[in-house]
Amino acid sequence: MDVEVIKTYLPLYNEAILLTVRLGWFGILAAFGIGLLGSVIQYFRIPVLRKIAAVYIEVFRNTPLLVQLFFIYFALPKIGIKISAESCGILGLGLIGGAYMTETLRSGLESIDKIQHESALSLGMTKRQVFFYIILPQAFSVSIPGIVANLIFLLKETSVFSTISLMDLMFTSKDLIGMYAKTIECLFLLVIYYLIMLLPVSVLGTIIERRARYAQFGD
Amino acid sequence: MSELVKVEHLHKEFGKNVVLKDINLSVEKGEVVVIIGPSGCGKSTFLRCLNGLEGIEGGIVYVDGLPVEPESKDIYKIRQKIGMVFQYYELFPHKTVIENIILSPMKVQKRNRDDAVREAIELLDKVGLADKKDYYPRQLSGGQKQRVAIVRALIMHPDVLLFDEVTAALDPEMVHEVLQTMLELAKNGSTMIIVTHEMAFAKAVADRIVFFDQGDIVEETTDVKGFFEEPSTERAKKFLKTFAYE
Amino acid sequence: MHSLGIDVLLKGTNMLRLLKGLWVSVEISLISVVISIVLGLVVGALMTSKNKLLKAFLRLYLETVRIMPQMVLLFIVYFGSTRVFGLNITAELSAIIVFVFWGTAEMGDLVRGSIKSIPKIQYDSAYALGMGKFQVYYYIIFPQTIRRLLPLSINLVTRMIKTTSLVMMIGIVEVLKVAQQIIEANRRSSPNAAFGVFAVVFLLYFIVCWPITRLATSLEKRWE
Repeated sequence: MDVEVIKTYLPLYNEAILLTVRLGWFGILAAFGIGLLGSVIQYFRIPVLRKIAAVYIEVFRNTPLLVQLFFIYFALPKIGIKISAESCGILGLGLIGGAYMTETLRSGLESIDKIQHESALSLGMTKRQVFFYIILPQAFSVSIPGIVANLIFLLKETSVFSTISLMDLMFTSKDLIGMYAKTIECLFLLVIYYLIMLLPVSVLGTIIERRARYAQFGD
Repeated sequence: MSELVKVEHLHKEFGKNVVLKDINLSVEKGEVVVIIGPSGCGKSTFLRCLNGLEGIEGGIVYVDGLPVEPESKDIYKIRQKIGMVFQYYELFPHKTVIENIILSPMKVQKRNRDDAVREAIELLDKVGLADKKDYYPRQLSGGQKQRVAIVRALIMHPDVLLFDEVTAALDPEMVHEVLQTMLELAKNGSTMIIVTHEMAFAKAVADRIVFFDQGDIVEETTDVKGFFEEPSTERAKKFLKTFAYE
Repeated sequence: MHSLGIDVLLKGTNMLRLLKGLWVSVEISLISVVISIVLGLVVGALMTSKNKLLKAFLRLYLETVRIMPQMVLLFIVYFGSTRVFGLNITAELSAIIVFVFWGTAEMGDLVRGSIKSIPKIQYDSAYALGMGKFQVYYYIIFPQTIRRLLPLSINLVTRMIKTTSLVMMIGIVEVLKVAQQIIEANRRSSPNAAFGVFAVVFLLYFIVCWPITRLATSLEKRWE
């Protein structure tokens, strides 16, 4: 392994990871928003919207992100919908993540016993108050392991961004391997940079999960 | 005559299964009514109809003169007049004891926090749990949880309290502390409707006994002592016999 | 107004080529899944062992697989093996190696979870009935483990199939690559073909994965 080569490549990898983190952040934010909305629709069984949400979840959970991105990036412009590569990455991540988050949050919401809802109602709360003060906070903490798993999954999925010519870690690596054949250095940097990005999330996630599991609400 | 709760021709079914048929009952202010009967006789469902947690298929329920209709806008106001305590406490696990108690005074009745906290501590003190105010429910015993649940209902100043088998999930040594709390309430003139399997307690606390069987009121009497010695119906006799081994 | 590409697929053997491309992905997934399940059963059983060193090692293996994108693993095996070991591994073999490496870890964890989920009292009560060790596992533990395991491992199949879409990145001609070729070849006559062709690829993946997911869900519900 050539340390000099690694030094010259570092700035390129820095740029690449920043791109991934930036797009990943917005994508995950979108996924969260969609997930919250979707799970509320499913939980309250809102007619029509509920059916739409169900179809959306099935479609996006049963197709690869890569294919979704190709469709958004290469196919949609042909019917006049043009989206920049970056927005496309965010949108794709948001949509697939939204489907997974909806499922996670929905099952969290459904895991809360119906009688919790009733005991809050018996105190005179409105349905909205019951949902926001009683059901959602509990469902959220139940869902933490699922949410953490989704976060890691989504950050990993960003590795397909390179296919729509976003200069992420994969793109940069493939490019450099192709041009200069410094395979080992590039693969080394690739692994290190993904570790930098994912290890903290994984470790932090495990800690939060433990908290949620062993010390749920108190001591 | 001040009827606080009035039930007329209440009919309730789950699908084809009729759970309550043509129930008529009035409860006066300050009265303690104890409902007993075998499991699955509909007594818990009956309680849940009183505050509109269950819809009903026929008849009508009035609380303080207002009809209880689960889908109406007034239901939230009516429920504030009716405190309910559940078998499994149903405290909110993500909130501390004090937060559990002050949540609805603050959010539903829009009382200010200091006022709610002050009263909460006062009430907790009465049931001997003031020192537990910052605990989470999971750190309390069943009996303590149930007393907190009672305080949580009381702070809303309800006109009537519903108790749904509140000691059924408790270890025997904790039953006493909860029943003691309820006896205090009865002594202070609270209106209460109690579903229970504790016969000795029923005898001690009731102004009136209502015996349910198969969705029907089979026997109803203010002669509480007489009921437990010599009920007038066969079905009540048979039911009381099942407790004889105690 | 140009057509949106469905006609391109109906031309000649294009649709057939696309399906063959899909089969390439499915084939890689099926081979990988079968090997992963067999190895996963072993690894999963080892994960429940009391040997601390073995457990720590397997834990490290699992976490590595969990944290590294499959695409990175593909790159390491495909590009790295040639450079480091001088081996010339085909893209297909690289893909199978990576998916087995990944699938075995996931399957192993599912097996571990299923075994652990059987409460100890189940063993105790079986032993109390006078059963021998073999009988306890054969009649009591395995049937319960399988019921938890089967839906989860079926889900692993769809995850595999979805992930195999990545193999185009190491030059395997699978459905997306074929789609690109078809679009490219018809650029002049049908410039908007990308829409129809990619829509069909989207649909094809859905048609393959959805029934498998449904099967897993219904099994899960039935055995709950």
